[in-house]
Amino acid sequence: MTKIVVDVMLKPEILDPQGNAVASALPRLGFTFAQSVRQGKRFEIEVAGEPTAAQLAEVEKAAEVLLSNPVIENYVVRVEK
Amino acid sequence: MRVGVVTFPGTLDDRDAARAVRAGGAEAVSLWHGDADLKKVDAVILPGGFSYGDYLRCGAISRFAPVMTLIIEEAKKGMPLLGICNGFQVLCESHLLPGALTRNSDLHFLCRDQKISIENINTPWTSSFTQGEEILIPLKNGEGSFQCDDATLKLLEGEGRIIARYVGENPNGSRNLIAGITNVQGNVVGLMPHPEHAIDTLTGPSAQGLGFFTSILNALVK
Repeated sequence: MTKIVVDVMLKPEILDPQGNAVASALPRLGFTFAQSVRQGKRFEIEVAGEPTAAQLAEVEKAAEVLLSNPVIENYVVRVEK
Repeated sequence: MRVGVVTFPGTLDDRDAARAVRAGGAEAVSLWHGDADLKKVDAVILPGGFSYGDYLRCGAISRFAPVMTLIIEEAKKGMPLLGICNGFQVLCESHLLPGALTRNSDLHFLCRDQKISIENINTPWTSSFTQGEEILIPLKNGEGSFQCDDATLKLLEGEGRIIARYVGENPNGSRNLIAGITNVQGNVVGLMPHPEHAIDTLTGPSAQGLGFFTSILNALVK
């Protein structure tokens, strides 16, 4: 079993009110390290055995069509070792 | 004239939308998300709610419902299609309209009566209004902030494709106060606030929302 991870993040130019809310909550709890916070989504997809190039291409396609909205989001597909 | 109203799992406003269609003088036809059958309707409304629980992104899963495949095909051929609130989100996810609806800038779910101005009366959904007419209808959503890139915004402004704008303070961070837009052909309209909740003063803040439903009847009769 191999895990394929798809990280989806709002594009840098898109306002992220949730990330901003987290950023402003951190100092209230005494955490002062953050200059900014962006919040995204992570998908963990399990496949049998080592993923083939064709399977990875399919995952890329799924990330483009369903898992992300390319109008406002970017995605990265990687295989977790 | 038959106007279809789609029900997805999680749709809330299908009954009010159907009632508004009847008040406007057309026949309301219920369409089920799982049926690949448009029942010979002349136009379709995607009503508000939380289709498929808003899972993944608002409207992202609804886009692939069997009924949507047919609706997208017909809309590309010119069938009038109105998406209200969650319906607007479905239209953006379906790429029938540009841009995307994102979380309100203050993160609050808004539910209030909102004044909007009608800025394009040349669509089948807005022809009953006068240019610049201000109407008061409910606005209720958590993800109503319209976002798009600068080039798209310039295009929408330049082609008069912004059909409605919020009047007064920006309620949700939408670019250029956008409350509703249309596609290039003008048959597909997305609107964030709810005209179907404002068709009589007994149940709504005004009866001014009715204009969207009398417009579609006029467009279909012609």
